[in-house]
Amino acid sequence: MSPQAQGPIWERAAGPLVAVLALVILLALLQVTGLAFWQGLVINLGIFLILVLSLNLSNGFTGVFSLGHIGFMALGAYASAILTLPLREKQEYLPNLPAWMAGIHFDFRVGSFPLGFLVATVIAAFLVSLVALLVGLVLMRLSGHFVAVATLGFLVIVRVLLFNADNLTRGSRTFSNVTPYTNLWWVWTWALLTIYIVWRIKRSPFGRAMFAQREDRWAAQSIGIEVMSPRLLAFVVSAFFTAVAGSLYAHFITSFSPTVFYFDLTFKVITMLVVGGMGSVSGSVVGTVLVVGLTEVLRRIEDPSQLYGMSGIVLAILFILIIIFRREGLLGQREIALDRWFMKGGGTGSEQQITNAE
Amino acid sequence: MNLVFYFLQQLVNALSIGSLYALMAVGLAMVFSILRLINFAHGDLIMVAAYIAAFALLGKLPLVVTIVLMLAGTILLGLLMERVAYRPIRGAPDVAALLTSFAVGQILQNGTLLVTRLLQRPNPLAFPVISALSGVFTFGSITIPRVNVLSLVLGIILLVLLSLFVTRTDLGLSMRAAAEDLPAARLMGIDTNRVIATAFAIGSGLAAVAGLLFAVQAGQLTPYMGFTPVLKAFIAAVIGGFGSISGAIIGGYALGGLEVLLTAIPGIGDILPPGLVAPGVQAWLRQWLPSSLTSYRDAFVFIVLILVLLFRPNGILGSREREEMG
Repeated sequence: MSPQAQGPIWERAAGPLVAVLALVILLALLQVTGLAFWQGLVINLGIFLILVLSLNLSNGFTGVFSLGHIGFMALGAYASAILTLPLREKQEYLPNLPAWMAGIHFDFRVGSFPLGFLVATVIAAFLVSLVALLVGLVLMRLSGHFVAVATLGFLVIVRVLLFNADNLTRGSRTFSNVTPYTNLWWVWTWALLTIYIVWRIKRSPFGRAMFAQREDRWAAQSIGIEVMSPRLLAFVVSAFFTAVAGSLYAHFITSFSPTVFYFDLTFKVITMLVVGGMGSVSGSVVGTVLVVGLTEVLRRIEDPSQLYGMSGIVLAILFILIIIFRREGLLGQREIALDRWFMKGGGTGSEQQITNAE
Repeated sequence: MNLVFYFLQQLVNALSIGSLYALMAVGLAMVFSILRLINFAHGDLIMVAAYIAAFALLGKLPLVVTIVLMLAGTILLGLLMERVAYRPIRGAPDVAALLTSFAVGQILQNGTLLVTRLLQRPNPLAFPVISALSGVFTFGSITIPRVNVLSLVLGIILLVLLSLFVTRTDLGLSMRAAAEDLPAARLMGIDTNRVIATAFAIGSGLAAVAGLLFAVQAGQLTPYMGFTPVLKAFIAAVIGGFGSISGAIIGGYALGGLEVLLTAIPGIGDILPPGLVAPGVQAWLRQWLPSSLTSYRDAFVFIVLILVLLFRPNGILGSREREEMG
C-alpha cells in the first residue's frame, strides 16, 4: 500500500479536485446536449462503478470471494422502490402490504429536491447492511471456493424469496411505476462518495488488516491482526453501497423483476473487477469503463447482425485470457495516485504516479 | 392403502432424481479431487448435450445415432475445455480457477444461443418427443413416468460401472492416486495429463446421459438450463464430502430424497386420508405445512448446503482432513 502522500493539504487535494471538476464539466455538457442515449450510458457506467467498487472492497481487499452481492442489490432495489412509491399508487399497486408498511411513502420533496429518494435509499441501504451483517457473521468464517458457493447460495435464496413475496414485491411479476428520480447527478455523487470511502478504507488500519489477512492469514494472525472483524466490516460496507446501486438502478430503469438480479449480472460485475485488478480502486474505475465500453461496442455489432451471444463469448474469452496471462488484472493492487499530481518534486513521471500498492 | 402407493411413488421419484444428481455430482467430484477445481461449466455440458440430442433428433437422425453423437460431442467438448482453459491455470488460486469455469460456462451458453440462432431454431427450444422414453408405467394405482424409471436404472448401472472402473482398473487406480496427491502420483510415473483427461471424459459422458434424461423430463431447453442442476450437483457433492466419488453418489441420492421430502411434506394435510391421524393434527399440518411452501424448496436446499459447509465441511460422512478457514 502506498504511504499517504506527504505535503500540504492544498497540494494533495489539487489532483482529486481537478479530476472531480473535469467530471462535473463532462456531466454538465452531457446534461446540456440532452443526448438521451449517452446520458443513459453514463448513468449505467456510474451504477456499475458503484457495484464494482463495493465488490472490490469485499472480494478484492479481503480475498473472501462473494458471489452473492447481486442479492444485496436486489434487496436494495426492492426496498427503496417500495419506500418511494407514492401513497395512492401503493394502495392500488401493492394492496396486500402489511399495515405498518402501507402508510410509509418517501416521495416528499424540499423545493424541487427529492429528499424522500435520498432518505429511502439510505434506509434501504442500512436495512441491507443489517442483512449483510447477519449473513456475514455466518459466512465470513468460510473461505476459498466454499465461501463463493455459500454466497451463491445466498443469491439463490434471495431470488426464491423475491419470487414468492407476492404481497411485498409482486413476486415474479414486473415491479413498475417506480418514480424516475435517478439522473446523472445522483449516480455520480454516490459514485464519487463510494470511491472516496473505499479509498479511505484501503489506506486505513482496517484496510491494511484486510490486505494482510488476504495475503497470509496465519502470518497476520500471529502478529495480532484480527481476521473476522475486517472481513465483516468490508462485507457490510460493501453491501451498503451495493444496495445504493440497487436503489439507483430501480429509480433509473423504473420497472424490473427478480430475474435481472441473478448470475449474468453477477458475472458481468466480476469481469469488470477482475479486468481492473482486485484490490485497486483505480483499477475498478479502469475495469468498469473498459468493460462497459466494450459491451456497448459489441452490442452495436451484435444488434444489426442479430448474432446474439457473440458479445458474451468475447467478454468471457477476454476474462479467461486475463486470468491466464495477467491474473492480477490490469492494475493489480496499484493505484493511480491523483493526490501526487500537483506535488512539488514528485508525481511527474509515471513511475511516481503509479505507486506500488505493496 | 393409498398412502403406501403414494409413498412408493415418492420413493421412485426420489431415487430417479437422485440418480441424475449423482450422475452429475461424480463428474464434479472427480475433477475436484484431482485439481481442486469446482467446474461450474459442468452444468453447461449437460445443457450442450441436450441441445446436441435435440438438433440430431430434429434432423431426423435415429435415436442410437443421436445418442452416439451426443456422447461423442459432449466428451470432446469436455476434453477441449480442460485443454484450452483449465490446463493453463493449473495451480492457480482456488477462486481464479472457479471464475475461469464460470467464464467457460458463459462461452458455452452464449455459443449455444448463437448456434440456435444460426440454425434458425426458436429459443426456448421444445425437446422432440422420444417415443421410447415417453409415456408412463402403471403399477396398480401408481403411475410413474418411464423416463424416471430409466433414470433410476441407468443411473445405478453407470455408477456401478464407474465404481468398478476406479477400483479394478489401472487407470482408475491412477486416478485415485492422483486425487490423493498429484505431485506424488507424477513422481511415481503416472501420466497425470492422461488421468486428468480421463476424469474430464468420464465426467462429460455421465453429464451427457444426465442431460438427455433432464431434457426428456423438462420437455424444453434454454441455454441457461444447466445452472440450477450444477448447483444441485455441487450440493450433492458437498453433502457427500467433496472430492470422493462414493460420497458424491450418496450425496446425490440424499439430495434427491431431501427434495422429494420438501415437495411431498408441504400439503400433506390435504393428502392424508381422513381418520389416519387425529383431526387436530391434520388441521395443524394444513395450517403450518401448506402446499405453497413447496415453492420455497430451493431456498431450503441451499440453507442445508450452508449448514453442511459450516458444520460438516467434509460431508455428512466426514473424513480426516479439515477444510481450513484460512
